Amino acid sequence: MSTATDPAVAAREPARALPPRQRWRPAFEFWWVQYLRTWKGSVISRFLMPVMFLVSMGLVLGDLVDERAGGVEGLPYLQYVVPGILAAQAMWVAMGESTYSVYGAIRWNRQYHAMLAAPLTVRDVLLGHLAYVALSVTFGTVVFVGVGALFGSWSSPLVLLAVPFVVLTGMAFSVPCFAFAAQVKDNTDQGFALLFRFVMTPLFLFSGTFFPVSQLPGPLQAVAYATPLWHGVDASRMLATGRPDWAGLGLHGLYLLVVLTLALWWAWRAFHRRLVV
Amino acid sequence: MIEASGLVKRFGDLVAVDGIDVSVQRGEAFGFLGPNGAGKSSTMRMVGAVSPPSAGVLRLFGMDPATHGPQIRARMGVVPQRDTLDEELTVSENIRIYGRYFGLSRAETRRRATELLQFAQLTERADAKVEPLSGGMKRRLTIARSLVNDPELLLLDEPTTGLDPQARHVLWDRLFRLKRRGVTLVLTTHYMDEAEQLCDRLVVMDGGRIVAEGSPRSLIECYSTREVLELRFAEEDLTGHARAVEGIGERTEVLPDRLLVYVADGDAASSEVHRRGVQPLSSLVRRSTLEDVFLHLTGRTLVD
Ligand SMILES: Nc1ncnc2c1ncn2[C@@H]1O[C@H](COP(=O)(O)OP(=O)(O)O)[C@@H](O)[C@H]1O
Ligand SMILES: [Mg+2]
Repeated sequence: MSTATDPAVAAREPARALPPRQRWRPAFEFWWVQYLRTWKGSVISRFLMPVMFLVSMGLVLGDLVDERAGGVEGLPYLQYVVPGILAAQAMWVAMGESTYSVYGAIRWNRQYHAMLAAPLTVRDVLLGHLAYVALSVTFGTVVFVGVGALFGSWSSPLVLLAVPFVVLTGMAFSVPCFAFAAQVKDNTDQGFALLFRFVMTPLFLFSGTFFPVSQLPGPLQAVAYATPLWHGVDASRMLATGRPDWAGLGLHGLYLLVVLTLALWWAWRAFHRRLVV
Repeated sequence: MIEASGLVKRFGDLVAVDGIDVSVQRGEAFGFLGPNGAGKSSTMRMVGAVSPPSAGVLRLFGMDPATHGPQIRARMGVVPQRDTLDEELTVSENIRIYGRYFGLSRAETRRRATELLQFAQLTERADAKVEPLSGGMKRRLTIARSLVNDPELLLLDEPTTGLDPQARHVLWDRLFRLKRRGVTLVLTTHYMDEAEQLCDRLVVMDGGRIVAEGSPRSLIECYSTREVLELRFAEEDLTGHARAVEGIGERTEVLPDRLLVYVADGDAASSEVHRRGVQPLSSLVRRSTLEDVFLHLTGRTLVD
């Protein structure tokens, strides 16, 4: 407790505003502490769902596909589809972490407001939370790579190089969700349900995850190529199957970075508009 | 500590704060008293360096919040009108993580959490989740949390609204202790007893403007009489009775359920009412309060 006359106060570590470059860290730490408190509730959706896809699509459906069609693009279906699911789970985890929690930190528990009343700024609040999502997506991706290895889903150790591409893919979905969650008015449940139903699920199905995009009708192909997920899926597949086209990888990375940058600008604006009033 | 002049806050076409001048000195307990919608919270959020003023000049600790927000906020504690606690974290974690926002080491935040929970009488709940706590406990936790940085200035936006009388008294006691320690308090309230109890000086706000300023006592002396005679009647329409008691006091106010007669000597006035043959259901003599000041200044009651 502070008193001007208490000699103990002089020796106390003083409170201060952190230097601007470090201020995102305590915001990140908040989400990390919160995750440690609540991780149990998310184990099923975070880890078990992707693994279930791996088993059902890769192993069970894979046998069928290989038997009837002799694999896809010259690969056993397991090794074709699991790299796609790797990228898709990153999108899945990233979007799951970037909707209700952002909205809640603005409207329900209002944790962002608590941070902003302290010496953090909107930028710190945004970056700290995104850093946590990035860590979370990385963690999910690494776990998935490990589980995939157990089932023999990777034909090349280059799959390890896929991790940064996959995380980037996740973040290319996370950041626009932050912006959307900050912008959305009331009836969020509806807004987010629409997002999951009409954005996430179709992308999951039609971005080359389960079958080559070239089998889609022309206009849908164009849509698939424009969304970040296909770039992540293609990069992941090139590396996991040991057939990297380095120029293509570079373009995928560049594309994802451009999406990320534009989305950051959008999210930053949306956060300012919502939080600085 | 706070210097504001011509401070304005607009939300689109709505003018929430309409050009106020405020100055708060170190060690003061300063209050904003006003009804809902008066612009108290909007003012507090500007003073808390989170909401940019639409116009006017604001200096906090001599700094401009537009350029030194983090430096300013590092030196103050904020108790917002709506709690911003994380309900999934424990009581102690809420304080510790908040301390981290102020650059404190983990060890230091642990030490301070222990101290502050004792101060807020929440030690037994340290490891409980926040969600099931009572409103009074959450409020005490918010206050404890706001003190984690040893603030020089503590902003409290309606610290006791919605609490039962006992919980309010516990909170007031804690605020008194802070005041004795030399923490500058700035609070908003629409309870006149809270303002009278806690504030050395206050401004009465209505419709985004300051309508009066002074110590609680000087405001009452200036805008009201020493005593008030409250008369209740069986009838719905009190205008007839109001006419009958006219002239007894300096002023008469007609409320939906009673008449207020402003006088120096309530008992004498009560006799006069009876002498005139007016027969109220009940009559009560009390001292003037800030509520009467507000009624006089705005023609409305504070809490409806
Ligand atoms: N973020 C906001 N957007 C639009 N209007 C607002 C906002 N905050 C407050 N207001 C309006 O400004 C006025 C003053 O509100 P407020 O400062 O909360 O008053 P008080 O705290 O005295 O009740 C009210 O009419 C309120 O509806
Ligand atoms: Mg208010």
